[in-house]
Amino acid sequence: MSALDVRDLSVGYGKVKVLHGLSLAVPEGAIATVIGPNGAGKTTLLMALMGLIPGRGAVVYGDRDIAADSTEERVGYGLCLVPERRELFSDMPVADNLLLGAFPRIRRGARDVEDDVAAVYQRFPRLQERRTQLAGTLSGGERQMLALGRALMARPKLLMLDEPSLGLAPRIVRDIFQVIADLKSTGVSILLVEQNARAALQVADYGYVLEMGELVLEGPASELAANPRVLESYLGLAHSPE
Amino acid sequence: MSFNIALWLSQDAITNGAIYALLALALVAVYTVTRVIFVPQGDFISLAALSLATLQAGLVPGTVYLLIGGGLLITAIDGVAVLRKKKLKRFAAIALENIALPAVIAGAAVWSASRPEDILLQVAVTLAIVTPMGPMLYRLAFQPVANAPILVLLIIAVAVHYMLTGMALVFFGGEGVRTQLLPDISFQLGVLNITGQSLAVIITSLVLIVLLAILFGSTVYGKALRATALNRTGARLVGISSEFTGRLSFALAALIGAASGILVSPFTTIYYDTGFLISLKGFVGAIIGGMTNYPLAALGSLLVGFLESFSSFWASTFKESIVFTLIIPVLLWRSLTTHRVEEDEEP
Repeated sequence: MSALDVRDLSVGYGKVKVLHGLSLAVPEGAIATVIGPNGAGKTTLLMALMGLIPGRGAVVYGDRDIAADSTEERVGYGLCLVPERRELFSDMPVADNLLLGAFPRIRRGARDVEDDVAAVYQRFPRLQERRTQLAGTLSGGERQMLALGRALMARPKLLMLDEPSLGLAPRIVRDIFQVIADLKSTGVSILLVEQNARAALQVADYGYVLEMGELVLEGPASELAANPRVLESYLGLAHSPE
Repeated sequence: MSFNIALWLSQDAITNGAIYALLALALVAVYTVTRVIFVPQGDFISLAALSLATLQAGLVPGTVYLLIGGGLLITAIDGVAVLRKKKLKRFAAIALENIALPAVIAGAAVWSASRPEDILLQVAVTLAIVTPMGPMLYRLAFQPVANAPILVLLIIAVAVHYMLTGMALVFFGGEGVRTQLLPDISFQLGVLNITGQSLAVIITSLVLIVLLAILFGSTVYGKALRATALNRTGARLVGISSEFTGRLSFALAALIGAASGILVSPFTTIYYDTGFLISLKGFVGAIIGGMTNYPLAALGSLLVGFLESFSSFWASTFKESIVFTLIIPVLLWRSLTTHRVEEDEEP
């Protein structure tokens, strides 16, 4: 059973084709990762899955094809994207950023939003310390925590993460990946896009390699991590053996 | 100029400045949320004042037909789309909002027209007629092109302004109107003769400004509007739809325009096109606030009120020119002190 099933997805900006007929799946309750070099189309893939840019092909979530639905509708179904640029509300306090993460739920009359805020603070105590501070004044690591926390406020069933380790110190990267592993244990399906292939393949169950807009390799994460081509291109072992 | 004259002029300045401030806040809200420079803001003033005057004359205002027509048009467009997808519940919601609600308001207007002495009812019906026009305009004119460049949105706004002005002329004719809201009470405060009307304007404006501050500062819907203004992509990613925030901001703008029209109509003769000139002065205030800063826009509008009132004493023929010339030094100052923000970095 897949949480998300993408079939023959093609995406382009005007005449420039970026993704050429991708098919991939995120198993229910598991972590799938897409690794690949800069410019392979990883971010474009996530934006198309979220409905931020139009694509051709089928995007099946649960048992319905959501390819024609708007971003806001997809959020309502339980999809959630933590984008590479975080896209926080920089002139608003941390607490308001979290609150707005639950906006569709609040509109539907949810009463337990405060509990979820408390849960996010428990997961990221730093955010609680900074809850009255404007999001724009946070450090890189704190901004990533806030982006993750805001996403969790929507109670996502499928969480998509775009380069969560980008620009962060190694210790914070470890923390973030620990949180990703924790989330999986709560039953959330995760699609993780990363340039940090080593960390991604360690935490993921299944992996895809995206190059020039095409999936060139796929397999269980442990097998991919041992694949000579992946070792050479993405884990850098051929050039600097550990 | 004596001190007494300065006091009189200041009273005038504050009364007008309060109205300009309300309009400026609406303009800032609409611009930051939808990127529309809302030229038709002033038309709500005329439509509200003329509707109120018509009700007071014991007639049903033509704006009711505008409301019903707009509702039918939206039902035809959106209703067919959801019926094709077989979403019956959604269709019922659309029909309720766009056919049933205008019908109820029309009924209230007919009832109100038969009770010329019930001023409170007339005010409520006027607000109820004009406010839904905001979201309707958004749905029909702006939502289909919500991602267009700012210039395209501005040109559409100008077209909508001419359409509304034309509608006002068709429905109400070229005659100017004044409305009767409060009995002509006034009292003496030192040298100032304070009228009930100007006090009502100032108090109502202050109350509305405080309500707006509460809406944007403390409610989740106001925060959603601000979030959309701050980061459009971020807002979509948390499920705040631009359709929702657009309609909400346009409803606010229409409500503020209608309230302003009701407030000014007892002491200003309102013609079908008067509202535009009034809202232009709110525009000057909004520009002082850079179209984005609410407190600065409100203060700027107050400055416009003072400039207008004192220049009408010293150089009454140049009153309007002096007010609008203010834009030039303000734009110079803003372009020298603020960094240009890219229009949008979205794909």
